[in-house]
Amino acid sequence: MQFFFEVLIGGLLSGVMYSFVALGFVMIYKASGVFNFAQGAMVFFAALTFVGFQEMGAPFWLALILAFGAMVLLGIATERIVLRPLVNQPHITLFMATIGLTFFVEGLAQGIWGSTVRGLDLGIQDEPIEWIMDKAGILVSSFDLFAAGVAAALVTLLALFFQYTRVGRALRAVADDHQAALSIGIPLQNIWRIVWAVAGFVALVAGLLWGARNGVQFALTFTALKALPVLILGGFTSVPGAIVGGLIIGSTEKLAEVYLGGYVGGGIDSWFPYVMALAFLLIRPEGLFGEKHIDRV
Amino acid sequence: MKVKTIALFAAAVASAAVSGSVLAQAKEQFIGLPSYRVGPYAAGGSGIYGGWIDYMTLVNERDGGINGVKLTWEECETEYNNARGVECYERLKKKGATGNTTFQPLSTGITYSVLDKVAQDKIPMVTIGYGRTDAADGRVFPWVFPMITTYWSQATGMVKYIGQKEGGLDKLKGKKIVYLYHDSAFGKEGIPVLEKQAAKHGFNLKTIPVAHPGNEQQSQWLTIRQERPDWVILWGWGVMNPTALKAAAKTGFPREKMVGVWWSGAEEDTVPAGDAAKGFTAAGFNVAGTNYPVVKAIQDNVYKKNKGNMEDKSRVGSVYYNRGVVHGIITVEAIRVAQEKFGKGKPLTAEQARWGFEHLHIDAKRLKELGAEGFMPDLAITCADHEGSGKVKFQQWDGKAWKVVSDWVDADKDMVRPMIEESAGKYAKEKGITPRDCSKEG
Repeated sequence: MQFFFEVLIGGLLSGVMYSFVALGFVMIYKASGVFNFAQGAMVFFAALTFVGFQEMGAPFWLALILAFGAMVLLGIATERIVLRPLVNQPHITLFMATIGLTFFVEGLAQGIWGSTVRGLDLGIQDEPIEWIMDKAGILVSSFDLFAAGVAAALVTLLALFFQYTRVGRALRAVADDHQAALSIGIPLQNIWRIVWAVAGFVALVAGLLWGARNGVQFALTFTALKALPVLILGGFTSVPGAIVGGLIIGSTEKLAEVYLGGYVGGGIDSWFPYVMALAFLLIRPEGLFGEKHIDRV
Repeated sequence: MKVKTIALFAAAVASAAVSGSVLAQAKEQFIGLPSYRVGPYAAGGSGIYGGWIDYMTLVNERDGGINGVKLTWEECETEYNNARGVECYERLKKKGATGNTTFQPLSTGITYSVLDKVAQDKIPMVTIGYGRTDAADGRVFPWVFPMITTYWSQATGMVKYIGQKEGGLDKLKGKKIVYLYHDSAFGKEGIPVLEKQAAKHGFNLKTIPVAHPGNEQQSQWLTIRQERPDWVILWGWGVMNPTALKAAAKTGFPREKMVGVWWSGAEEDTVPAGDAAKGFTAAGFNVAGTNYPVVKAIQDNVYKKNKGNMEDKSRVGSVYYNRGVVHGIITVEAIRVAQEKFGKGKPLTAEQARWGFEHLHIDAKRLKELGAEGFMPDLAITCADHEGSGKVKFQQWDGKAWKVVSDWVDADKDMVRPMIEESAGKYAKEKGITPRDCSKEG
């Protein structure tokens, strides 16, 4: 039973890491109804930019600010060059545009900062906390707990932003209907710029945490693959949904790998979350916390 | 009359220019480089192709080429993508005065994609430390050269090393070894030979796959913690490696008891893992470091003249970079050997270069002359044996750099060679290939 809890807790904490990436998707989808395929590439770009500035001698906070600045610029450029010409186009067109954006951002990141794999030290040990180990015999990493704390803070911040600020309400209005939002004077371009900047910030946080764990390298773009089932489960428009979805996906994939993996040759944690998400779609297509879509006939 | 004279003069000048350019071309040997400098594999590609290009630049700058024949090259970006690899193969094969000398894609997937093409086009494909293992049987695969070490040889070398650490191969009896592998054709390649090794030496083998890309390994390492193995063989690629090292630290598994395949043993695998990588050991058919005459020669003759290929000069001497130098040495030496037969100072066709690869003998004396003593193992390619060595060295990460911790460890050839022949025989049967009779080959 102790081992079961160890796997479960480890899975929940891994799920928090998936949620970080899922949050970036949610931001853009909430405001524009666009599934931003480039979110994984943005995570890579953000982390690489941060490390790049650090290598140039910038201290942590300056590198963080500069990297955030770069993400804001990227967001503005995306709005101006990619999204603005596509206003009122079908969502699938915008989605396709973000696929193109993915390749561009990946190439841009390696073009500017090179392809070398870098380490990233946030000063937090990724080792088991001894007193939990002594008391309960369960391995819980201090880094995982730190990530969980950051996730809680980020979600609170974003929830407050969306619910209680003027910009947040405008974001939700734009997400509902571009035309209607424009007709009542909401500046669509500004809103999109803000939301891409916020998504850039989320990507930066995700990039720093994933980069500190696995190194800053191209594989950061693959973190997006972990976020997709989380989104399906939690709903594409819900910030709390991204967190809850992450926790469910993280814990079930780990339990499935440990307890079922042996029967089917192992390595099932790559596809099991997708199977689970697909099964969930049949029961609740809008996800756990997603908005129910109603069409007039 | 005047017009006619001018026309004749112009024709003579043009003809001289053309023949001059043909002559100039004729003293060049073209090598097409299907490199990858962007995308997920860029860190490895930029290092290896960078080292290879630097070595060719060294040969041109210091020696004036190979017996006066200058090496020329052109890169074609594959991004490690099979389709693009085939496209590059086609684009490069007819370049240069005598066509592409050799195709070395540094990708098992691309290797498989062009396996039949190289035989049709008569272009030798050299796959150093990767690719199709049974292609080491040159009787069935005359155009493919999986040189120095195949994955099977390397796996047996790893078991030997573990045996050495335990005090002898007989001490492996009853021990438990976990094989943590990238869940792909590359990762599964080691399983059959390790199963045979387990049966031979009496250790228990537990195989644990990690799904691509391997950036999450919590469940695998909790399983390892439960299994309590004596050793873990890490057969990883890319992000899977630092993730495994970090997860090992998190679960308290000693890194000194982890041995990696050569795709796990570069700076790119250990630096991102920070302190968690300390003590980790990996196999390799080349070592890291700048303290070898061949690397020093590159620094003196290439970088001091600002002709180096590496943007980041600190990567000179890294594992990937030095691997590229090995590619350069093997390619250049094969051309040199082929020139001995087909004419010194003459550019070769790919078919002639193949002869050079098949008769390549780099012994200890030659390694010393090349400034590569201890840098790479000696090798002797023959018609039947396209691997030619099977040896690996082990390096341990001390937190900052790789340190050599073993001599060259030979493969269990008595086990590997029959497996290669059996597998190649099956392939020959499937494809209707009649294996060459090597006693009749010149």
